Amino acid sequence: MIAIIDYNMGNLWSVFNAFRKIGAAAELTCQPADLAKATGIVLPGVGAFDQAMDNLDELGMSPEIKKRAAAGVPFLGFCLGLQVLFSKSEEGRDRPGLDIIKGTIKRLPPGDKVPHMGWNQVNWARQDPLLTGIADAPHMYFAHSYYVVPDDDQVVLGKTNYVGEFASAVAKDKIYATQFHPEKSGETGLALLRNFVEIAK
Amino acid sequence: MLAKRIIPCLDVKDGRVVKGIHFQNLRDAGDPVETASQYSAGGADELVFLDITATLEKRDTIIDVINRTAQEVFIPLTVGGGIRTIDDISKILKAGADKISINSCAVRDPGLITRSAEKFGSQCTVVAIDARKKQDGTGWEVVIDAGTKPTEHEAVAWAKQVEKLGSGEIMLTSMDADGTQNGYDIELNRAVSEAVNIPVIASGGAGKPEHLYKVLTDGKADAALAASIFHYDSYPIKVVKEFLIDKGVEMRP
Repeated sequence: MIAIIDYNMGNLWSVFNAFRKIGAAAELTCQPADLAKATGIVLPGVGAFDQAMDNLDELGMSPEIKKRAAAGVPFLGFCLGLQVLFSKSEEGRDRPGLDIIKGTIKRLPPGDKVPHMGWNQVNWARQDPLLTGIADAPHMYFAHSYYVVPDDDQVVLGKTNYVGEFASAVAKDKIYATQFHPEKSGETGLALLRNFVEIAK
Repeated sequence: MLAKRIIPCLDVKDGRVVKGIHFQNLRDAGDPVETASQYSAGGADELVFLDITATLEKRDTIIDVINRTAQEVFIPLTVGGGIRTIDDISKILKAGADKISINSCAVRDPGLITRSAEKFGSQCTVVAIDARKKQDGTGWEVVIDAGTKPTEHEAVAWAKQVEKLGSGEIMLTSMDADGTQNGYDIELNRAVSEAVNIPVIASGGAGKPEHLYKVLTDGKADAALAASIFHYDSYPIKVVKEFLIDKGVEMRP
């Protein structure tokens, strides 16, 4: 079972719908105990970093997510769900994140419109089971004002150009995260989710 | 590079897609979910549902439509029409929409923009602006209530203000061009797009692919919204995109 973490940060039904569409057994949950039963964990989310971390902490999800990720349970975060995986963010109070992967969340620099909104290409940095059958440089759907700067370049799985190049997908062991929204990226997005479901079997 | 977006707009009344000119001679044009699926398969980058249901009692039909669409269509969906409160927004987003657009109510209650941005994020708070050229040539006036009520706002200044209030995107309709199929108002789109630092979706006037090309280049719009040119299959989205790609516009193929 894929556990989709429901922490009141928007858009969760879209994610649930996407997993249902590809025929995966997925459940929305706000119970930390449910993560122990999950073969894969999904952390979606749109909104502000501080609110997201506060909500995860209040639900008691933060330690459980860290525990499961450390145990090697496949994990997929997207958009805000990518950002909270990292050490800290410049957004809001500059508070710590889950710190599962080292790095900092920064505001997109001036020079073009913010939010970075729409379809942009992702150039894969290497091969990975998550990308099976997915073409190089596909367009994926983005809607964000902050981006990640990982401490270690090795975790970068994909890069995108927007006021310079940034890491739009990261992977460390079986911990995956994308800045784009696979659940809103049409057939290519669904293909990526299917690959995650395979990894999480 | 960030691609320009092509966005078909569906007018939804009492749970059905309707087609007409200026909300007149409306005729039934099918199920919104089916139409949305077809557009998505055809290459649409996003979809907009404009709920033009007139009676309050029937307003919940749009929730059902969004719900069913979100189970089948996996590109961003914006819903507008008649949104007045945070509760309205919450219901629409919970049903599966990704963004909401507010128009008349943003003028009457600008605080709604900020409250929406704070609660749900700027990325899902779209402000729709209907504008028409002022008689004296000093810009464009903002008109609300489906084009019936002029306001004291000038469109470029209002666009800047809604950006400050927290809007993440502007859907800009030229009342002069809307329904003519003679092309978008390039001047209006360029003026607004240059004045703000958030994406602008151009709307009103599309009749052929050349019009979309003009507004995405000269008009500096980030996305082009259109209804009739897609509805009547005069130009399928695929054909429009191929035309734009040929002209060197960055597109999602």
